[in-house]
Amino acid sequence: MFELQVLLVFMIIGALIAVKAKDLLSSVIAVGVVGLGLSLAFLILKAPDLAIAQLVVEILCVIILIRATIRKDLPFSTSGRWFFNTFITFLFMAVLLGFGYYCMRDLPQFGKPIMKVAQHFVNQGLRETGAANLVSSVVLDYRAYDTLGEATILFTAVLGVLAVMRKIGRKR
Amino acid sequence: MTVYFLCLVLFCIGLYCIVRKRNLIKIIIGIAIMEYSVNLFFILIGYKIGGRAPIHSSDQTILNMVDPLPQALVLTAIVIGLAVTALIAAIAIRVYEKYGTFDITKIRKLKG
Amino acid sequence: MKEQQKGMTIIVKTITRLTVGLILLFGIYIVANGHISPGGGFAGGVIIALSFIHIMLAFGKEDAFKKMNQGVASFFESIGAIIFITLANLGIAGGYFFLNFLSKGEPFKLFSSGLIPLYNIAISFKVGAGLFIIVVILMLFKITKEDEKK
Repeated sequence: MFELQVLLVFMIIGALIAVKAKDLLSSVIAVGVVGLGLSLAFLILKAPDLAIAQLVVEILCVIILIRATIRKDLPFSTSGRWFFNTFITFLFMAVLLGFGYYCMRDLPQFGKPIMKVAQHFVNQGLRETGAANLVSSVVLDYRAYDTLGEATILFTAVLGVLAVMRKIGRKR
Repeated sequence: MTVYFLCLVLFCIGLYCIVRKRNLIKIIIGIAIMEYSVNLFFILIGYKIGGRAPIHSSDQTILNMVDPLPQALVLTAIVIGLAVTALIAAIAIRVYEKYGTFDITKIRKLKG
Repeated sequence: MKEQQKGMTIIVKTITRLTVGLILLFGIYIVANGHISPGGGFAGGVIIALSFIHIMLAFGKEDAFKKMNQGVASFFESIGAIIFITLANLGIAGGYFFLNFLSKGEPFKLFSSGLIPLYNIAISFKVGAGLFIIVVILMLFKITKEDEKK
């Protein structure tokens, strides 16, 4: 999987540019590039449903973030204990990476998953649900409660945006 | 194994962005990067070498497929991530209208 | 040219007029074929929402509200939720919640696999209308400077 590692290094470089850029608009566009790279990675990993969904969602996400970027100034000050705080942050990240590497040795090897539950879906899914797309049959038949919860969360997010943004009824 | 570690490095970049940056838009960008890396990690767990996409074909029988269960979980998580990003962006715009800045160290007043 | 410029330039408007129907048709295709090919209700709903957002970005908000205003979007979101919950509750008559009670039909055809295409259509209504409402609210908000005068 050499191409997957190249794509991941590309995504890491894009994320570093998004974090370090001085201009806010450049940084929003760089995060869009990271999302498109993620869509390509889904396509390499044999998940075409996720590739389509990630592509269209990323376009809408960039539109919303550009709307939120009203001013482009970026305050940068080294006041306070700047050096000490940065040192503590890097120390914490190093500890996290070390423990992560230690824990990942117990995961199954890359490319050999433990398909105990999914083996039933793969063998019997076409006969039991009649849908050729197994992801669709898992989302809407075997695990439909997830979709119900997702619809509830989306409705709550719309209500939250409406409550934050409304003008009428705000007393002064 | 190398792929897992690169995915963890991407997560750490998002974490650094959230902890050390002072601009609200940068914090939203950090949350988005962390969400991408978690979604990618789910799919990496379910990949099988030589596997096909989990879609049956009418003219041949496919037995070697990748795991369809993490893909179904991530499919809902992507749309939820978009809704959460929109909600945080709305709060950021409201904070800018109230205080006139995106800098989180200048936002001191709690009310009024 | 007495025509008042609302929105973007004439090139963007012409290209939008040509392509926005195709984008909407592609979204409907993705939703309808969600159970036999890649796609489904989530991706198709976002594509349908993007086609209306495309009109709003190119022509300004008045022309977009002639096609789809907030009342219609609110109606579609409610009708999506009602279809989803009603189909799920009908399964209780046969045994349990979310029972797929229609006949499975012949695989690899458009009308197959029972209730799954209907669920896809309900989810696409809900996702598309919800995201369209979010973007409309974010675009309509104007920043007022009345708080800085104090």
